[in-house]
Amino acid sequence: MAEAIKVDDLDTELKEDVLYKVPQGNYDLCLTCGTCTGGCPASEQFEMDPRKLIRMINLGMDEQIKQSNWIWVCSMCARCVFACPMNVDIPKLIYNLRQKVPREKRPRGILGSCDQHIRTGSAMGAAKEDFEFTVLDVAEEIRDTHPGFEDLEVSVDRAGAHMALNQNSREPVTEPEEMGPLWKILHKVEADWTYPSVMWAGENYCMFMADNEGWKYIIEEFVYHIDNNLKCKQVVNTE
Amino acid sequence: MRRFNIPHNFELITIIELYAQWIREGKLVVNSDWNRDLGVKFTVQDPCNIARKSGSNKIVDDLRFVIKTVVGEENFIDTVPSHDNNFCCGGGGGALQAGFPDQRRAFGKIKFNQIMATKASYVIAPCHNCHGQIEDIGEHFGGEYHVVHLWTIIALAMGMLAETERAYLGPDLAEFGL
Repeated sequence: MAEAIKVDDLDTELKEDVLYKVPQGNYDLCLTCGTCTGGCPASEQFEMDPRKLIRMINLGMDEQIKQSNWIWVCSMCARCVFACPMNVDIPKLIYNLRQKVPREKRPRGILGSCDQHIRTGSAMGAAKEDFEFTVLDVAEEIRDTHPGFEDLEVSVDRAGAHMALNQNSREPVTEPEEMGPLWKILHKVEADWTYPSVMWAGENYCMFMADNEGWKYIIEEFVYHIDNNLKCKQVVNTE
Repeated sequence: MRRFNIPHNFELITIIELYAQWIREGKLVVNSDWNRDLGVKFTVQDPCNIARKSGSNKIVDDLRFVIKTVVGEENFIDTVPSHDNNFCCGGGGGALQAGFPDQRRAFGKIKFNQIMATKASYVIAPCHNCHGQIEDIGEHFGGEYHVVHLWTIIALAMGMLAETERAYLGPDLAEFGL
């Protein structure tokens, strides 16, 4: 006959550790109802699902959890906790599990993008000089060749502009023409806007990598630039 | 900023909320006349960060208001489920660069099925991760739809979308209004 699991004897180091950082995680409250799993598109990938993960962490199966790459398939979309009757915070668990992986062992693509962002201000590694050159160059072309937009204004670091816009680095780096329609709309409404040169990119892979230090550095640099150098009243997220 | 308690003096807002505000104020003059006879059908993706994770449906309601204004209410077909209960596309959280494409696509199959059920020929994806992922699963699973940025359709409706700005449009709209 199978032996009953003695809950009090379980070594649940990983759970205690995450709960210390996420006191509202509620991992002990899971009713195993499976609502999370029923609505999770990542269920069954790598033979894992949210309910199973919570079971495993509650049973102290720390080594098996650490061996699973499921934490990189889950997108932390939060549909599970949104539906959970006990408010078990699975996305925050995933974030903390990602953090447990040694930095250099996290997925290379995400790591590279995070490091590029810290170094240059964008995940695709375009430095602010390249960004400024591309933006001004595309704007010049629109003024020259798109009738009705001869006086289109596009600027980088124009202090005192009302709005500062971020821009996903995919545009200036791989499809600069895609910025044109946005600028034309801003031109039509006579928006008073500029691009910041510091941490100008809209994406943030350090957040995906669970690199708190990198994430925080990017935001701090950005906020300092906006508040002290540009003094914009609004920051506009373009995605 | 909230996560790290970084103080700041500016207001943070999305371009989607501003489009909606400008349309309501009459600053952004745009309508769906261009699509009345064409009847091109559009659906939308709710990016998790501005839908469920923003704590309200305000931004994604604005998103629908803008889309309906621009393509016509009768030409917008919502997904099921939608808004803050919508499915993630599977490209977020770093998944596009995590190095597990098979699992990422299997995840995205749910999004793909949702889009196919709308029978829309265009998906408006206001997030780059979603845009990239929805294009990829469309190609992978054989969808016929096109994935576009919101600004492309607004500019198209306003008659100011240049030939070079149409990379994501299908053949039906590639030359429309030029």
